[in-house]
Amino acid sequence: MYFVNNQEPDETLDLVCRMCPLHLLEPGEKLRCLKKGQVLEVLTDYDGALEDIPAWCEKCGQEFIGMEEEEDCYKLYIRKIK
Amino acid sequence: MDKIYLDHASATPVRKRVIKAMLPYFGEYFGNPSTVYDMGSSIKQVIEDQRAKVAELIGANAKEIIFTSSGAEANNLAVKGVAFAGQKKGNHIIISAIEHHSVLNSARFFERMDYEVTFLPVNEYGLVNPEALREAIRPETILVSIMHANNEIGTVEPISEISAVCREKGVLFHTDAVATAGNIPVDVNELNVDLLSLSGVSLGAPKGIGALYFREKLRLMPLIHGGIQESGRRGGTENVPAIVGLGKAAELASEELTDKVGHVRELRDCLFSGINDRIDQIRYTGHPHNRLPGHASFCIGAIEGESLIYMLNQYGIYANTGSACASKALKTSPVLVAIGIPPDLAQGSIVFTINSTNTMKEVEYVLNKLFLAVARLRELSPVWRKSKAA
Repeated sequence: MYFVNNQEPDETLDLVCRMCPLHLLEPGEKLRCLKKGQVLEVLTDYDGALEDIPAWCEKCGQEFIGMEEEEDCYKLYIRKIK
Repeated sequence: MDKIYLDHASATPVRKRVIKAMLPYFGEYFGNPSTVYDMGSSIKQVIEDQRAKVAELIGANAKEIIFTSSGAEANNLAVKGVAFAGQKKGNHIIISAIEHHSVLNSARFFERMDYEVTFLPVNEYGLVNPEALREAIRPETILVSIMHANNEIGTVEPISEISAVCREKGVLFHTDAVATAGNIPVDVNELNVDLLSLSGVSLGAPKGIGALYFREKLRLMPLIHGGIQESGRRGGTENVPAIVGLGKAAELASEELTDKVGHVRELRDCLFSGINDRIDQIRYTGHPHNRLPGHASFCIGAIEGESLIYMLNQYGIYANTGSACASKALKTSPVLVAIGIPPDLAQGSIVFTINSTNTMKEVEYVLNKLFLAVARLRELSPVWRKSKAA
């Protein structure tokens, strides 16, 4: 797992309180609205996302940049590649 | 005279156009909306179309609407969803003393979990004072819930003023609009609310369907965990026929609202003035002006409300005492207690709620029969005889 600090996102997707498998469905939809090279920040309180989202990025050809832990959620960063 | 139904706050008849819209979804179009084949995906699109119609009724975006099983579930989801999602921010909830039981008991549920609840008093008309709310808000307050209008006394609360206080203090604000959506204009942006509940029961849609508006990006803990329905905010396969019914009813309500308000207000005013002319010892409840246009509520001295309801029932007239729960529990209505109605007078509470299908002829018939029924019950009443003798 890569940890990042102060990563600047272009868009934020707040999935706190929302359960599996929303963390694997909504980032794809949100990324469709972004341009290549832009960064999506995903907020989630679901532990499973820490494994699922990097794996999903690899499968879908997107770049998983890393994560940051906040008091009430995780922040995961994805760069749109295609 | 046929049956005269004047209890539209309890339930409205499902409109023929609503039934017609729903019927195909009980039979031909039965597929599960979550499936990927066209039998399912086409129904998913139908649900999204209904979401847009409900959103339009209240000036919201479609993605800010969650379908629920009722107005009560929408109220539960608002209070519990915000309180659970915000438990790291604070543990204080404010509601008014005249909220529906679905808000009241949701708040009380949190009192068992070390949350604190403030029950804001109301004045003699049932109005919440925004300045009293301002004083009640603390740093740990996470939610304020004040109903748009009270179904028992008809008072419409100053929601824009109340929401302005919440906005200024940075506290989320929910309003229960079950009594108002489809009866008066309701716009979430004008009201400036974060969450708003509505129900099919008061819109001419079937029972078993409601909706919660939530401002986008607001965190809400689901009550029903399940699949991806309602974007993961409310699990369970969608009640498609009821959703179609709510969508159609919302569409009709949007089109007809202006005409409806004028018509029911005229009948309500006629009912009020007729009662005033013919029956003494009447105390009107709720605000004289800031009230639902089709809502007439009052307490009749030396009358037991349920007896009057039964007697009107014999004449084919259907009305309500206002609080079925309190009446069945042999308690004085908490709403009438909150506005300072003495317990003996509160026993004579009567509520008529009028819809666009009611007519002036029906109102005249009700006035005649109400006068007869009150006179008959008072003849039998020792309280009445005593007051007359005095």
